[in-house]
This record gives sequence, C-alpha cells and structure tokens, in this order.
Amino acid sequence: MKSGRFDTTILTLCFAFLYIPIIILVIYSFNASKLVTVWGGFSTQWYRQMWSNEGLMDAAWVTIRVGILSASIGTVLGTLAALTLVRFTRFPGRMLFSGMIYAPLVMPEVITGLSLLLLFVAVGIDRGFWTVTIAHTTFTMCYVAIVVQSRLITFDRSLEEAALDLGCPPVKTFFKITLPLILPAVIAGWMLAFTLSLDDLVIASFATGPGATTLPIKIYSQVRLGVTPEINAACTILIGIVTIGVIIASVVTKRQEYQRQRDEHFAAKGA
Amino acid sequence: MAKSLGPVKRKFTPWTDPAAQPFIRFENITKRFGTFVAVDNLTLDIYEKEFFSLLGPSGCGKTTLMRMLAGFEEPTEGRILLQGKDISGVPPYRRPTNMMFQSYALFPHMTVEKNIAFGLEQDKLPKGEIDTRVQEMLKLVKLEQFAKRKPSQLSGGQRQRVALARSLAKRPKVLLLDEPLGALDRKLREETQFELMDIQHTLGLTFLIVTHDQEEAMTVSDRIAVMDKGIIMQVATPAEIYEAPNSRYVADFIGDINILDGKVVSTTAAGGQAGTVRLDCGGLAVAVDQECAAVVGNDVAFAIRPEKVRISLDKPADDSVNAAYGEVWDIGYLGDFSLFLVKTQDGRVLRAAQANVARLVDRPITFGDMVWLSWSADAGLVLTR
Amino acid sequence: MSEAHALKPSPARWLVVIFPYVWLTLFFLAPFLIILKISLSDTAIAMPPYTPVFQGFGAIGDFISQLDIENYIFLTDDPLYIDAYLSSLRIAVISTLLLLLVGYPMALCMARASAGIRPTLVMLVILPFWTSFLIRVYAWIGILKPEGLLTLLLQTLGIYGPDDQVQIFRTETAVFIGIVYSYLPFMVLPLYAALEKLDGTLLEAASDLGCPPWKAFWKITFPLSLPGVIAGSMICFIPITGEFVIPDLLGGAETLMIGKTLWTEFFGNRDWPLASAVAVILLLVLVVPIMIFQNQQQKAEGK
Repeated sequence: MKSGRFDTTILTLCFAFLYIPIIILVIYSFNASKLVTVWGGFSTQWYRQMWSNEGLMDAAWVTIRVGILSASIGTVLGTLAALTLVRFTRFPGRMLFSGMIYAPLVMPEVITGLSLLLLFVAVGIDRGFWTVTIAHTTFTMCYVAIVVQSRLITFDRSLEEAALDLGCPPVKTFFKITLPLILPAVIAGWMLAFTLSLDDLVIASFATGPGATTLPIKIYSQVRLGVTPEINAACTILIGIVTIGVIIASVVTKRQEYQRQRDEHFAAKGA
Repeated sequence: MAKSLGPVKRKFTPWTDPAAQPFIRFENITKRFGTFVAVDNLTLDIYEKEFFSLLGPSGCGKTTLMRMLAGFEEPTEGRILLQGKDISGVPPYRRPTNMMFQSYALFPHMTVEKNIAFGLEQDKLPKGEIDTRVQEMLKLVKLEQFAKRKPSQLSGGQRQRVALARSLAKRPKVLLLDEPLGALDRKLREETQFELMDIQHTLGLTFLIVTHDQEEAMTVSDRIAVMDKGIIMQVATPAEIYEAPNSRYVADFIGDINILDGKVVSTTAAGGQAGTVRLDCGGLAVAVDQECAAVVGNDVAFAIRPEKVRISLDKPADDSVNAAYGEVWDIGYLGDFSLFLVKTQDGRVLRAAQANVARLVDRPITFGDMVWLSWSADAGLVLTR
Repeated sequence: MSEAHALKPSPARWLVVIFPYVWLTLFFLAPFLIILKISLSDTAIAMPPYTPVFQGFGAIGDFISQLDIENYIFLTDDPLYIDAYLSSLRIAVISTLLLLLVGYPMALCMARASAGIRPTLVMLVILPFWTSFLIRVYAWIGILKPEGLLTLLLQTLGIYGPDDQVQIFRTETAVFIGIVYSYLPFMVLPLYAALEKLDGTLLEAASDLGCPPWKAFWKITFPLSLPGVIAGSMICFIPITGEFVIPDLLGGAETLMIGKTLWTEFFGNRDWPLASAVAVILLLVLVVPIMIFQNQQQKAEGK
C-alpha cells in the first residue's frame, strides 16, 4: 500500500518522541559541565567517576548476577509453563495456571513486590540476593512463557510425531527435535527476562535486603536527589549494552531470514 | 525424468483366499473424541504386501484410523492386531510401522541424510550400516546428489521423496502414507503414483494410504475402502468400486454418474441370482440385468455412468435397449471426450459422455438438438441403499 | 483434532506441569493470601512491623479471631486513600485514552508502510522497551525541569523570555507525558499486530463497493482492530493504575496515585498491614480489567 507524506510525518514525530529523550541523555553524559542545560564541551570524566564509584559498581555486579540467574531459572520454568499452556489442554486447575501466567504481566509491581516481601517475612527468609532472584524469576518466567508459547502454537506437531514414529522416545524427541526448533524463542525469552530483571526497581526494592542493592535501586536513590551526569553515564552504558544486544539479535534473525529465502529460491530453481 | 517400468505385475488377490491370514486387523474399532464419533465400530482386514487405500472426504475418520495404527491415538473400543498380535498400548516409537506425513514433517534443522538416518540411529545400528542404508534409500528415491542439503533447499517433489525415503529406511512392516501426494502438482503426482507402486512392489511391503483423491486411490491401490462418517461403505478393488458400487454414496463419490430414483416393477433376480430388474423411474422405464435382492415395490435407485450412455440423433434400432428422448441442454467439451447434458421430456437432466474419436471442430450434435440416449441392460446398476 | 493427551499421559509428562505450577503457587498465589491475611492484622511495634501470621499451624482459631477489618475502616475514613484510588483511576483512564490517540495513528502508519521497512519499524518501537524504564523516566527530568532543556529550547526559539521557565515538572502534565512515553510501545505493538494482519483486499473491496476511505476506516479497519485496542488498553491501564516510578519522579505533591501511597505507607510509615489493605483494594479495583485481559489472551491462545 502507498505510504503518503502524511504517514511519514506521523511516524517521524512518534519516533522522535520515543528517541529524543534517550539521545539527549546519552549526549549529556559526555558533557563536561555539571549543569544540565550548559554544554561545557566533550568529556569522559563522568565515566571515570562512575567507574571509581564503588557503590555503583557493586550494585551493577549484584544486578548482573541476579539477572543471569533469574533469567536462566525463569527461562527453564517459563519454557515448561509454555509447554503446559500449549500441550496440556485439560487438567485440574488449568484456568488457575494460565491466570497465574498472565496476571503478573499486568499486575502493578507494587502489589507483586509487597506480596512477595510479606511471604519472605512470613516464612522467615532473610532478604537479600536470593529473595531478589526468586522475585525476578517469578515475574520473568511469565514473560518467557508468553514468548515461547507463541512459538509453540505455530510448531508443527507432526515433526514430533515423525520422530516418535521413527522410534525416538518422547523425552529424547523433545531434546532432539522440539528444543532445537524453538531455541530462538527460548533465547529471545532469556534476553527479555534478563533485561526485565536488569530494569526492575519496584519489585527489587521490596524483595531486597541489606547487601543486595541492585543498580536500579542505586540509580533511583541518586535520581531522587536530582540529575547527575554520573548517572547519565551509567544509563548510557546500560543503553549501549542493550542496544548492541538487540542489534546483534536482529542481525542474526535477518541473516537467518535471508538464508531461508535464499534456500527457497534455490529450491524453486532446483525443482 | 525417465519413468522406470518395474517388474510386470501379477494378479494379487489374497482377500479371496479363505485360508489367508490378515496382516493387519482392525477389530470393532471405535474412536470417540469427546462426544464426536470419529470411527464407529469398524472392522477391516488388510493383507501382507497389499497396497490398500482409505478413501473418503475429510472428517470421515480415515486419518484417525491410520493414526491409531501408527499409535498416535488409542482406540476407545476394539483392538488392532498386527500379524495376529494385539498392539494396543504399544507406544508409536515401538511399533513396526512407519508413516509418511501429509506435511512431510521433515526435520528442518537436519540435512536430507540426517533425516533419513534418524530412524536408524534410534535403533542404534552400527554407523557403517546406517550409511549403507541411507545411500540405498537416496538411490531408491533418486536424490543421491542432494544428501547434504537442508529440507528448505529442496523443491516440493524432492521433499516428498525425502519423506518417503525416511519412512522406508527402517524397513517397516507397514508403511502408512497420509495424503502423500496432496501437495504435488498434477503432473508430478501422476508420475509419483507409478513410482510409489514400483517401490511398493520392489520392496514387497504393505502400504496403507489415506487419501481424498479418488483418482489417486484408483491408480495405486489393490483394494480401496470407501469411508463415510466413521464407517466403511465398501471395500473392493478399484474396478469393482467403479463398476459395481454398493450404494448411492459410493457411486456418487467415485467418478461421474447419473442417479435416478425409481421403484421395482418386476424382477426375475430373486435370491441373489442374476436376472432382469425392471424399474419405473418417474415415467422412464428401465431394465437392468444384475444380481439384486430388491423385490417388487421397493424404492431403489438406478445409476449409470455417462460414458455408458450412447447419444444419437436417430432412434436406436434395437427396441430391447433402454432409451430416453430429450433436448441437448448443454455441452461440456473436455478435449478427450464431450459431456452432453440432455433434458428429457419430464424435465430430468441426464449426462452422456462421448469419446471424441475423430479430429473435428464442429461436432454433429449441438445445442438444442433433439437426441436419443440409450444404454444396454448391463450398463446401469440398481442401488438398493 | 490431534491432541496432546491422545496418548496415555505417562506420569513423567506431568513433571512439565508441576515445576512451573508449584513455583507460581508458592511465589505468586501464596503471597496474595498472605497479603490478604496481613491486611486484616493489627499493626505491631516490633520488627517486622506486624503480628506474624505463622505462629504454628495449629492456631487456626486464633487466626480467625485475630482478623479484624480496622485497616479497611481506616481506609474508608481517611479521604486521602479514597482520593488516591479515584485519582489513580482517573489518571489511568486519561493516560490510556492519550495512548490510544498517539498509538493508533502510529500503529496504522506502521501497518501501511511497505512490507520491507515494517520489521525495522517494529524494531524501533521495541528498542526503547528494552532500555530501562527507570532511565527513560529519568531522561524526562532533565528535559522538563524549570531550568531544563525544554525551557532552554523555548528561550532559544524566542517563544519564552530569558526569565520564563516551563512549569511542567512536578505536575500532572509531566506524569501524563511520562506515562505516554513509557507505555507507548505496549500500546503500539498489540495495535500493530491487529492492524497488520488485516487483509488489504478488504479495503479494496470496500472502495470497489463505493465506500470512501474515511468511511472504510470506521466501518472496516477500526472494528477489526478492536481486539488490539482492548488488549493494548488493558496492558496499559492495569499497570498504570498502580504506577509508582513515574508519579514519584515526575509528579508533584498534588499528584495522588495509589502506588505511591502504598510505597509511602510501606517504606515511609512502615505500616505494613495498612499497605496490605491498600494493595488488596487496588487488586479488587483491577479484578475486572485483569479478567478482560486474561479472557483476551485465552481467546488469542485458543486460535
């Protein structure tokens, strides 16, 4: 369909709205002046200062460990949950189960966070690294479940049946056929889980305890005191990591897509 | 691609031999999905080395029946015997049957070779033997030079061959084919049909094919089971199914046919003996020579294939043949023959086909002509159900 | 037709169900029951600042007798809480409408763009979503505050005098900007998904049958995109109602939102039972939209 000048204008405005604040943030992280509105020349001093800020670095390290751990557990549980949603159409409590998968996606974080905290206190677990990891696993697994589920819905069941038919037992079939084919979705799920964990402030604030301050908690406590170029620098690095990750992921998908199209072209000719 | 002619086929009719043991027996099989009855108390015998077709419209239960044999579904009632042994409860990965899927179900992340080797690897065969068998299979389906390709790099026809090779690699006792040629275009389909027959004959396997394509079933099968709503309407050879359908459903499902409602006026075909049955089909008197259990006054149907109806401008000389008079209402020119739709005086439309034996652009019979349709007493059929 | 349980389910298969089921029951469902119980408890001075729930499992009788609804009565007594609930709902409704207003044209333009650039556009919408929520809200502080970049821009353009400042920061307007900015991808993606799968020949058919484009939009495009509108609205409305970060960082003292109230009760006043009661009521308020959302998801899943 033709996309007129009107469409282009709207899209340009919307994307400008989405990107300008982030771009400004990145630019001002290189500002030599401490004042936000004054451009004092290019400088990387805030990055150096950030690097030597032990509190910030500790928080970053905690965040990465929580992220990797919770994303990994969340991906395993989420993939199992997706299999349950797609493959087990009837079992007692299925409604409850799918409810527990969908609800955390929209549940206000303050509720999820508060309720988890009260659970940890009620059973007497000391809050810290592990409670944050459990909390993050709980909500990220639901996102993973949704991502993997959408792949499983379009999965051709006859591939599994063919494996069974050729003598491959069910568990082996899952690892030899199903898992390799849904792997891109599982990896995407992991990446999403990791970013969500990296990003979370509210749930972590409730679930954490002494010694387990995550980066968003740290940033939040400093942001409340006002805009600082040091935080701009930390944010820029976070944005950079995520952007590079997403770009790599999309290049890989593009190449796969290209390969597939080439294959099909090849096949059409070979026929 | 040059079509190789296999060995000359012999007459093969184990089902007429009362001593023959069935290779596969479906015994009073019922399959329900919730309240829906997919297969209804069905009993069927299939013999060794037979090429057997399950034919019917979608939803008639043919695929369910096949999937029960493969082990993907368990019968709700009844049992399935393979070489006399009950295979209920045996999971699909331990059954000596292999299936070629409608979608082919080729593993997209494996090469052609790996796909074909997959089943053999599950049996933990030595590597050397797997390689030999894969090569053998590639040769059989003429894909030697495509061994290292991925399924996405193959054309539809090539994928179909890989699927066939993969399902044959384990030398199953029974090969199940679910609409095997459905995705191919017409010309390739016809070619492949003959290849399938050759392979079946060469390897001496039992083939069970599920299809909704009557031509395919007619071409490849030793016997066909025509199914409708979970029951078998008729099991017979392709010729019997076409020439002697046992019901309106089968007659109508296979090929083109005229069916007229009628009443038995008189019959000499009593007690399963051949004789002449005279019918009154709403004013049109018809005589049919056949075995028939119908008695005088029964409501029956008269069926006749269009190619068995002669069409002429003159009244047939012989008074003993059946005849109807009418106007040519429409003509379908199909190249090898023409189909005439003739409206008789009582307003019925009968179809007559005429082979176009001479090379003519203007045919002697055209729209609006008054014509005579005629057929002999052994051309049509009385259908009692 | 072919269903997973057509085969006799082996007991091992149930392990697939059990692990996520148990996890979610333990860490999602159980906490809600606890929150319900605590909202009915007395505030205690000791740490943790409430009377513990589990004093041995035998004390069922005590458990019942300990319940009291004083926290809820307190909530209805103090207009602060009712105002906060109403204000949250109002802000969520207005924000959702604003999001539709911005998101729908954007999604429509994306769906109408040529097939070649559509994946890139989708990528561009998703990308900000991958960057930290907190960072994105933070970025607006620098822009909106009185001595911020917006003021600077307007002064440079000569619209504002050198002493004028933009008075948006710490107002409700700033909250709306922050919400629309943060939630836009959540609104655009479901809308785009619904609009993109719309069959282009439908509009051609409408046009062929004499329907002008604007009418075709209301008669064909919009009704068919309704599932996307509902999904997008629910995905935004529910979390916005309980939003904390945005009103806290961009809003002022007069911006009442229940998420912020809960946070203050919890971290500021350390009144855990009251915070729990606030959460329970917020949950009750959101039960209906959550049900709608779930229903939509299950419908989509059933397809």
